[in-house]
Amino acid sequence: MALTVDVVVERPDFRFAIATSFAPGITCVLGPSGAGKSTLLGAISGLLRPTRGRVALGDEVWVDTARGLHVAIEARHAAYLFQSLALFPHLSALHNVAYAVPRTVPRAERHARAQALLAKLGVGHLAHRRPRTYSGGEAQRVALARALAMTPRVMLLDEPFSALDRERKRPLIALVRALATELAIPTIAVTHSLGEARALADRVIRMDHGQVVADGAPAELLARAGHDDDLVDAAG
Amino acid sequence: MDWDPLLLSLEAALIATLVAGVVGVTLGALLARPRMPGRHLLDALIAAPMVMPPTVLGYYVLVTVGRKSAIGGLYRDLFGSDLTFTFHAVVLAASIGALPMIAKAARTAFEGVDPTLPRAARTLGAGRVRAFFTVTLPLAAPGVIGGLMLGFARGLGDFGVTLMVAGDIPGETQSAPLAIYDHVQAKREHAAAMSSLVLTIGAVVILYAVNRLTRDRHREDEARWH
Repeated sequence: MALTVDVVVERPDFRFAIATSFAPGITCVLGPSGAGKSTLLGAISGLLRPTRGRVALGDEVWVDTARGLHVAIEARHAAYLFQSLALFPHLSALHNVAYAVPRTVPRAERHARAQALLAKLGVGHLAHRRPRTYSGGEAQRVALARALAMTPRVMLLDEPFSALDRERKRPLIALVRALATELAIPTIAVTHSLGEARALADRVIRMDHGQVVADGAPAELLARAGHDDDLVDAAG
Repeated sequence: MDWDPLLLSLEAALIATLVAGVVGVTLGALLARPRMPGRHLLDALIAAPMVMPPTVLGYYVLVTVGRKSAIGGLYRDLFGSDLTFTFHAVVLAASIGALPMIAKAARTAFEGVDPTLPRAARTLGAGRVRAFFTVTLPLAAPGVIGGLMLGFARGLGDFGVTLMVAGDIPGETQSAPLAIYDHVQAKREHAAAMSSLVLTIGAVVILYAVNRLTRDRHREDEARWH
């Protein structure tokens, strides 16, 4: 099911506009700071209300400013992996992940699902530990397990690997690719890194000053972008 | 030593902490929202009792809840007597003292919560209310509890407003600070010293506990991996 985004966000010092569709698979959104990458994720997740436009997943309309429609954030099932990961520091890994399982599921089953997801992502041993004790890679895996627990219909990844070094990044990129294939949902990953985009993406969108400046297959786009100074591939 | 004023103060301060706690924590949560309109004015109004002379504040309260006021009339209709010069007036005075302490501390505590966390809760399927009670409030809890304890201590020690709206009626409205004042006036030095000592120990214990709570919170913040 494709995600259609046709929105404009206007602020006194910034204008963002995009009209595109995201098919199942990974789309990497590249661009310098202030390009509008996070604005895109905000408009899709509902954390940001666009000035005007429409967002829809298949036939299900999430935003239609012409009709004053704005589906609540929690009703969209758009998993958002924040750059900081936003793991709840007062909850164990098990409770962090169980938090995302719908409340209609009985408590024991919520916990069983959470434990199974943690095990699947290789961090079952962290179930009863709180986030401050995790390494960077472990925290990423717990955050991914939490995102999966909500049975997402769209995945939004905001610079998901920026805090990791090259060695820890590689297996996680492979994991995200495997999960995206398994889920077969639109997955949008925002990144500064050409290396990450190369390893992850089925499609690459390049943004600058709130506009799409290039859109296409990774090989073609990244070959061109590789010569740009404003895209920094620090760790990829 | 006469324990009645102390017990009356404790009871009034406990009820006041509950009342001012509900109002103050709600106000603190609202004030912590950066987009809340008029929040600086509201903040100033809530904090005003901290810097106003107690007699001025007491006068305003007296005018607001006195027998000729709308609130005073409503109270008389409900309870069959005036609000002023009753135990409820002692609770009211203690609540007014406690409220700014609790609201200020709650605001600071809520502002200290990483705003990404309740947003993450929303994206994971939680509504506003669930996100607040399961993420924001637990993370702000040490600061909120510290504010409640300071509010309790402030309510326990109120003098000026209590005297203005509740008077100094032994056994009915005479709180510990008023009893100490009476002891001094009547040259009952031992009774004044003992009551003062008990209140002082209570205040120091509460401040120590608040410091421990907030220091532990800082330590936890520093230990976070991100």
